[in-house]
Amino acid sequence: MAEAKGTWAVKKGLAQMLKGGVIMDVVTPEHARIAEEAGACAVMALERVPADIRAAGGVARMADPDVVQRIMEAVTIPVMAKCRIGHFVEARVLEALGVDYIDESEVLTPADESHHVDKHDFTIPFVCGCRDLGEALRRIGEGAAMIRTKGEAGTGNIVEAVRHMRAVMGGIRRLKGLSKDELMAEAKALAAPYDLVKEIHETGVLPVVNFAAGGVATPADAALMMHLGADGVFVGSGIFKSEDPARRAAAIVKAVTHYRDPKIIAEVSKGLGEAMTGIDIKDIPESELLATRGW
Amino acid sequence: MRIGVLALQGSFAEHVEAFRRLGVPAPEVRLPEDLEGLRGLVIPGGESTTISHLLMEYGLFDPLSRMIATGFPVWGTCAGMILLARHSTAMPHPTLAAIDIAVERNGWGRQVDSYETEIGVPALGGPPFRAVFIRPPVVTDVGPEVSRLAQVDGGTVVAVRQGDALATAFHPELTADLRFHNYFVQIVAAARTDAARTESIALTTS
Repeated sequence: MAEAKGTWAVKKGLAQMLKGGVIMDVVTPEHARIAEEAGACAVMALERVPADIRAAGGVARMADPDVVQRIMEAVTIPVMAKCRIGHFVEARVLEALGVDYIDESEVLTPADESHHVDKHDFTIPFVCGCRDLGEALRRIGEGAAMIRTKGEAGTGNIVEAVRHMRAVMGGIRRLKGLSKDELMAEAKALAAPYDLVKEIHETGVLPVVNFAAGGVATPADAALMMHLGADGVFVGSGIFKSEDPARRAAAIVKAVTHYRDPKIIAEVSKGLGEAMTGIDIKDIPESELLATRGW
Repeated sequence: MRIGVLALQGSFAEHVEAFRRLGVPAPEVRLPEDLEGLRGLVIPGGESTTISHLLMEYGLFDPLSRMIATGFPVWGTCAGMILLARHSTAMPHPTLAAIDIAVERNGWGRQVDSYETEIGVPALGGPPFRAVFIRPPVVTDVGPEVSRLAQVDGGTVVAVRQGDALATAFHPELTADLRFHNYFVQIVAAARTDAARTESIALTTS
């Protein structure tokens, strides 16, 4: 019987293998090896971590293919890379490079303010950010095989990731409690595909894996997101903008596995050195917020 | 009868759910004390390097090795197969060596090469099994004591059994077909019978 590649089960399946794990932003092969040795279940290959993208300003684009390729050669774990929202050619380039997952990400400057990439059309799976259930379902409708909260990347401040995860999980709980004849109105209110609204009403869970992202800086932050319903955690600037990246990375991995065990979280949190400097969301001008990119 | 599912990272919830549907309690295992009272253990799919690190860090590797040496039933899917193999390429720590096979990690390539297909599994009976392969290991050597349970076109072995240790390069936990889970439940149930038989022999001879 013929092999079928790029099927929904195969795309979604890789995200299922990442569950209970930590995906770390890296900008060099050396970073990637530190992440792998610390127990990362995948890495995100970038030219700059979000905190530096924020500081640099200007237009942020897909990383140099050479950077991505060298990181792919450095580690045996899956490698993800980011393309701009709606930039399907950047996505095709990343697919041609053979990355394992594409993040259509608000951290980069959007290429299209109305349309996201038609992700069904690719063999490589996509992960996309969301702020609430409606946004999650729009991305899944377009073919995202994995979802993450947007949070507010590059801030080291967990407050937005918490807000977004609560909005998604609360939205699911609400949907479950509705009666069948209320679902179309709810689909309209969420601006989400009716079939997915109906599916979640029946199953009570998202049809794809859902990670937390955007502001995780400490082992306790990571464990908090797991308690709120995340299947795993992305850590961007939080690791390589801290004082001791290798130790912090290993500690966050352990905190995600043992998130229900406060004694272990206490143990791994000892003596990690300075966390990244955080930013209060209120101090960021509205035009510089990343989470509001995409719809 | 309780079958533990190693829950350090990966697709452990899917295995727990499959056993729940079969009516078998399947507690999650994260620390050595969680191994107590189990009749068998599943090592799920996931990232084998991550699982390997956490097995070492939390002192699970040694007790598990000792249990496996005395015939404790284990089943590994994908990353689990890598951890149960006698030898695997590119691993940071030793493997549990429950099954005399050598595997190559990511031997099939990257995610673009991940695939699903149908395979014949005579040991399960019934129709072909829908097998989902996600960056799977490739079995490169099979020892004389190991049974080949399934292979894909081209002859690569994708499911093996040695004694009460089972390994699959694909993910039965990702599909609704429960036959592999049921097959492992049968192995575990029979292993208990063997132990009981040994006990009764010991009683009659004493």
